[in-house]
Amino acid sequence: MKRAGSSGLTILLLGTVELAGCAGGVLDPQGPVGAGNRTILLNSLAVMLVIVVPTIVAALWFAWWFRASNTRAKYDPGFTYSGRIELIVWSIPTLTILFLGGLIYYGSHQLDPRKPLSSTNSPLEVQVVALDWKWLFIYPDQQIASVNELVMPAGTPVRFRLTSASVMNTFFVPQLGSMIYAMNGMESELNLLADKPGVLYGQSAHYSGDGFSDMNFRVRIVPPEAFAQWTAGLRGGGQTLNAGAYRELARQSQDVAPFAFSHVQPGLFDAVVRQYLPPAPGPNEGRGGNPRVHPDPLGPATPADPNARHERHGGG
Amino acid sequence: MLGKLDWSAIPFDEPIPLIAALVVFLAAIGVLAWITVKGFWPYLWREWITSVDHKRIGVMYVLLAVLMLLRGFIDAIMMRTQQIAAIHGPGYLPPDHYDQIFSAHGTIMIFFGAMPFMIGLMNLVVPLQLGVRDVAFPTLNSVSFWLTASGALLVNISLVIGEFARTGWLPYAPLSELDYSPGVGVDYYLWAIQISGVGTLMTGVNLVATILKMRALGMGYLRMPMFCWTSLAANLLIVAAFPILTATLAMLTLDRYLGFHFFTNEAGGNPMMFVNLIWAWGHPEVYILVLPAFGIFSEVFSTFSSKPLFGYRSMVAATLFICIVSFMVWLHHFFTMGAGADVNAAFGIATSIIAVGTGVKIYNWLFTMYGGRIRFDTPMLWAIGFITTFTVGGMTGVLLAVPPADFMLHNSMFLVAHFHNVIIAGVLFGAFAGFTYWFPKAFGFRLHEGWGKAAFWFTLLGFILVFLPLYIVGLQGMTRRLQHIEIDPWVPWLIVAACGILVMIVGAACQITQLVVSIRHRDELRDETGDPWDGRSLEWSTSSPPPSFNFARLPHVGGEEAYWTMKQRRIEMQDSGEEPAYEPIEMPKNSPTGFVAAFFATLVGFALIWHIWWLAIIGLIGAYATFVVFAWRDVAEYEVSAEELERIERAGQPAWSKHGEELA
Repeated sequence: MKRAGSSGLTILLLGTVELAGCAGGVLDPQGPVGAGNRTILLNSLAVMLVIVVPTIVAALWFAWWFRASNTRAKYDPGFTYSGRIELIVWSIPTLTILFLGGLIYYGSHQLDPRKPLSSTNSPLEVQVVALDWKWLFIYPDQQIASVNELVMPAGTPVRFRLTSASVMNTFFVPQLGSMIYAMNGMESELNLLADKPGVLYGQSAHYSGDGFSDMNFRVRIVPPEAFAQWTAGLRGGGQTLNAGAYRELARQSQDVAPFAFSHVQPGLFDAVVRQYLPPAPGPNEGRGGNPRVHPDPLGPATPADPNARHERHGGG
Repeated sequence: MLGKLDWSAIPFDEPIPLIAALVVFLAAIGVLAWITVKGFWPYLWREWITSVDHKRIGVMYVLLAVLMLLRGFIDAIMMRTQQIAAIHGPGYLPPDHYDQIFSAHGTIMIFFGAMPFMIGLMNLVVPLQLGVRDVAFPTLNSVSFWLTASGALLVNISLVIGEFARTGWLPYAPLSELDYSPGVGVDYYLWAIQISGVGTLMTGVNLVATILKMRALGMGYLRMPMFCWTSLAANLLIVAAFPILTATLAMLTLDRYLGFHFFTNEAGGNPMMFVNLIWAWGHPEVYILVLPAFGIFSEVFSTFSSKPLFGYRSMVAATLFICIVSFMVWLHHFFTMGAGADVNAAFGIATSIIAVGTGVKIYNWLFTMYGGRIRFDTPMLWAIGFITTFTVGGMTGVLLAVPPADFMLHNSMFLVAHFHNVIIAGVLFGAFAGFTYWFPKAFGFRLHEGWGKAAFWFTLLGFILVFLPLYIVGLQGMTRRLQHIEIDPWVPWLIVAACGILVMIVGAACQITQLVVSIRHRDELRDETGDPWDGRSLEWSTSSPPPSFNFARLPHVGGEEAYWTMKQRRIEMQDSGEEPAYEPIEMPKNSPTGFVAAFFATLVGFALIWHIWWLAIIGLIGAYATFVVFAWRDVAEYEVSAEELERIERAGQPAWSKHGEELA
């Protein structure tokens, strides 16, 4: 679908838009999905500006010209109906929406988050679990996992499967495009691709409680060789993410510095989705009701995860 | 004995809420003491608290709305300043407090600011425009108002005792479930909204019945003023949509109180069902707010252009079109939950179709101005400010209705800017236009024009300065509800937005000054004619303020623009109108039912929030007994005699306060 022929009109708004884009937002995409989203956004904007700008100008012009003190303006109180104008009044928005409807239908199918991306490289699968309040990224084929850091090979399509340990969150890397919800007991899917190496900002785009503002992650996009090195380097030894470690990790903690697991128990993600691993607990303090009615699923509080820094600005 | 309530519920360790609570508490005590010292209680009780007069209930609704708008505005100021105070740092509001503030801001602005403002104006104006003496169920109307006030009171009590919800203005499950929100905050939200929601639903029933069954002789549906049409549409939406809200929140209440699993993660609960249901109410709610505002603007454009509304029937059609389609678009609030492409496309197209109705309205307002003789009084300024800025908000709304664009902008500051752009420019500007427009009708004197215009320009400028930068940071990827900021390119725009809110504060100060100055100079601003704007509909045909019975003799309507037609005929015939033959009329008696019922409802709500079961039972019994006593009353009406009518009518200025005592 081609850009509507209204580039002149959009220049003004695009000026602002470009200003916004250079700061690494959604208008400065680093992959085909974000680029596709942006094209649809700008096309829709252009289509609408064609009628919105003249409407605003006409409103101000009519109001000014027909001011009571303007003796040159013709007072015509009988002008209350005109079949021709009614026809135009209904058809302008209708035609615009018809055109836009096509764009919506095309765009929804073209950019369906589930749609695999075409590429010569075979896709990498990453399983994402939204925890309170950090992100867990599991690489099932490599059997490794990382927290609050997503490492992606450049030029390789990545198929994300997402769920949540507790409340709703949204996985969003603005410069890669489409976001998607992560919800407990459900699995959502998102396909993204990063064009070139770099470091991007990722975040949760759905409010999820007190630690929400720190639920950010670094997206490190590296050349495929570097990705292989990273996974190989991790496997050397270190912590293992099994059901027990997951239960500890799922406890609420804020502003968690990135770290990684050198081994992941197979099937962990599916166990979370199917709730073989129960939903993560909420706050330990102030729980409502009788503890026998609402028991803490993990028993009495134990020392917190050593990697979680509860004092927010402790380590920069 | 006191359930979960103990001294730990008072935030002694948090200075900000504690000081705020103290100030509010002292102010309230001061006002109550002043009323007591001045001996105003009997007057207030007789003339306002127990009044079933639709005009007074309307005024009380608007007063409540203004107070709550100020409270919500203070929350907004705290949010904007926190975000610039918390750049790479904690700011001055810790997350648990900041989260309460944005939740309270949304809840208060929508449920206790915008809704009561619109309902208040409908209450005040619709019966007058229809040419009738009151709404269909006057006592029910009083109950509705006091239940709304009860809900507002509960929300504000949460400032001092306990906490408010930390879940956003719509408490998405499972975050709002007991597992993740064990405190009383969500319970405050639930009971406040349930109690006021009952009031809103009854208002909807009341106004639908009034408009459908109680019009003046000759006023067919297609002769009703536009504001009556949009009120009818909004109230039909209330009747259809509010039960969904009540049911949804009731299910969440069952989850939290009785261990049900409607929306929990475990045991077969489905949190997505909560999201579907809440938006099945939530989207019509947007139109419940904005349709009456469209009605106000229709009246204002027509009156101040000295022309009938252009394309009246087209406007009616567009209103009903919006009314119906608004129920078919709710899924656009969660395109990003992973529905398939076909579902997303269907709801995206349905959403943009709604814009057709709104577009038609905008063009009809344009052509109402075309060929007019436009006076730029304050209401007209708000209307022109609306039509220019709302168009931009509508456009960004359609952008968000395009699923691939929403995939990048959902929950972003772009979204925040969009819905403030439509709610402030649409609903709030509409409320202010209606406030200035109908103020002389309600009180018999006009508002000061200079301060009104200053308020308009500062509010408009501040509004643009706040929300244009928010559109931009949204495009930069900033998401909403962040308690602190870690990304540097967002910072300059957030600072601009914070400066914008300073300008909005000046605007709000001008509004308050306008009110104070106008009251002090009310004799100079007095309107003796009852028709200060050269109006076109029936509310301008009676005196300002109207007598309790509105019209001594019910008008006969001979066409669209009932009062304009009458005025034209009198001018042609050089006739000032003949003295009517008066007949005695019956008016509903005042009743404390609403106030007493709301008192008990507040007790029930508070008791249930804190699990004080005995108090809840007492409250329920009290509320039930109130209605039984009301049902058993013998005399429901009083008679205004023909001589009395004649005397009031000739006096020309039948002020409420002067005659209320004698009539009662």
